[in-house]
Amino acid sequence: MKIRNQRDFWSGVLFVVTGVLFMILSRQYQFGTAAKMGPGYFPTVLGGIMAVLGLMLLIPAISRRSPEVKVERIDLKVIGIILLAVAVYAATLPSLGFIVSLILLIFISSMASHEFNVKTTAISAVALLIFSYLVFVKGLELQFPFLPVFLTR
Amino acid sequence: MDLLNNLALGLATAGTLINLMYCFIGVVLGTLIGVLPGIGPLATIAMLLPATYKMTDPTTALIMLAGIYYGAQYGGSTTAILVNLPGESSSVVTTIDGYQMARKGRAGPALAIAAIGSFIAGTVGTLMLAAFAPPLAEVAFKFGPAEYFSLMVLGLIGAVVLAHGSVLKALAMVVFGLLLGMVGTDVNSGVARFSFDVPELSDGIEFVAVAMGMFGFAEIILNLEQKEKREVFTSKVTGLFPRWADFKVALPAIVRGTGIGSLLGILPGGGAVLASFASYAIEKKVSKTPEEFGKGAIQGVAGPESANNAGAQMSFIPMLTLGIPTNPVMALMVAAMMIHNIQPGPQVMTSNPKLFWGLIVSMWIGNLMLVVLNLPLIGLWVKLLSVPYRIMYPAILLFCCIGCYSINNNVFDVFMTIPFAILGYIFKKLDCEPAPMLLGFVLGKLMEEYLRRAMTISRGDPTVFFTRPLSATLLAMAFVLLIIVFLPAISKKRAEAFAGDD
Repeated sequence: MKIRNQRDFWSGVLFVVTGVLFMILSRQYQFGTAAKMGPGYFPTVLGGIMAVLGLMLLIPAISRRSPEVKVERIDLKVIGIILLAVAVYAATLPSLGFIVSLILLIFISSMASHEFNVKTTAISAVALLIFSYLVFVKGLELQFPFLPVFLTR
Repeated sequence: MDLLNNLALGLATAGTLINLMYCFIGVVLGTLIGVLPGIGPLATIAMLLPATYKMTDPTTALIMLAGIYYGAQYGGSTTAILVNLPGESSSVVTTIDGYQMARKGRAGPALAIAAIGSFIAGTVGTLMLAAFAPPLAEVAFKFGPAEYFSLMVLGLIGAVVLAHGSVLKALAMVVFGLLLGMVGTDVNSGVARFSFDVPELSDGIEFVAVAMGMFGFAEIILNLEQKEKREVFTSKVTGLFPRWADFKVALPAIVRGTGIGSLLGILPGGGAVLASFASYAIEKKVSKTPEEFGKGAIQGVAGPESANNAGAQMSFIPMLTLGIPTNPVMALMVAAMMIHNIQPGPQVMTSNPKLFWGLIVSMWIGNLMLVVLNLPLIGLWVKLLSVPYRIMYPAILLFCCIGCYSINNNVFDVFMTIPFAILGYIFKKLDCEPAPMLLGFVLGKLMEEYLRRAMTISRGDPTVFFTRPLSATLLAMAFVLLIIVFLPAISKKRAEAFAGDD
């Protein structure tokens, strides 16, 4: 067996696995009847449909007549840095406050670019800090913990 | 004349100083944020939505949101023309000739004609909306659970048809979205489904977190991978206004585009996209110089932009009369209405006429402000876009995080964007378009609810969907749509139509 259309194959796998997973998870909820559907009814049916659709994608993808389609390279470094920046922002916002988490987000995420430069990043961080303060904190009056918790006490 | 009375009431509501002011602020903010590459109308509205939470008058809040929507849409067209980056699927066509015009130093006329076309289309769209919403609301009162369910099926199939690439994948994505919509407390039994004992998940997954993760963050990651420089044509923007010769060819295109947009825009599941594609095809057909298309033909900007805007206007009809969002942006509008304790549906028009007609008239005012505001500001937008991507993307990331946090003042929603960013990235690599999934996600709970009610009334007999004439008609339409895309001749044409617009 050879996977000819990799994109179709892997999306098929993804859909089958997710569909079956939802069907299994739904078993803990009451299924009910067609006239009186329980919380498990609709998700189970949907999971089944999704698994079938997944199979319909998966099977032709390994047939010999299918064109060869490769999945593009996945750049783990870029994904890692960007999502790390978001996670750090979310993790530090409640305790360290708006200023610190903003600077962390800008610096970490900027490193994902191949043209990273400390000086321009610092300038843009300051500019964004002023802009965000004026627009979101002053202008839109969004509620943020602004300074680190240990400073406000 | 009922229509005139209604419009007068709307004008009185929308014309108050405070409402005019918020409409203006909405248009300005919407344009300002929407013009940032990578932030489409959806993300723009999502970010600015919290700003309207605190308003005490829901009419003012919705008027501002509508302003944001138009601003964001026009901002999206601006990036489509200047940096070849469509803010949303309906401005994809604009990139074809708009970008070529910009490369030839004619970005000014392209942006101006887009603004003028949008305004004309918006005016007609508003009138159509005012004329057709009341009779449609009458029909909506005849809708039972079975009809609602069938209408949603039609809407979802519509989204599948309009998605790029494989129909099977789009179908699976819709189902995936419906399943994600199941997460959270089940209204009938009170059981928290798929929430894994996480209290934040018992309210369901936040829509904005899904949208930002799958569209915003995944897009940034993909852009960074490519490591190429975006061309911007700051220095070359000369001659802001279109010449007389430009108007002569562009005006008929605007009129045709407006007509197409008004007709197709009402279709659930992204009529605006279909309208802009159809308009481009028609302009190319009727043009005496079809070989100029793709090389900077002004009709190729004027037609689709008008169609897109008229379509966007019409997409308010199903939302306002049926309470059913036909695209993710409308879903956000529904969310905004619910926050202000207004249940969208046919009853809004009778129970809250000031809000309803005020909103409609404010759409026209918003479009007018957009033209007045944007014509002199075109030069500024071009400057904003010349900011290099390495400085731009951390800022976009920041704005998304701030927007996401501010919805519930909770970092949980920010964390939730991470798995969806990964998912969005994987889907992009596997050629699965996320838009149908988002619509499924929005409609999931509603669809289940109406299915349950319909089946309870019919005592478990599924033929109820086919024996009620309205429901049967809607399902038949969905079925025909599905058959059409699977026909070999059509599917080939469809592949051509979508080819090369990524």
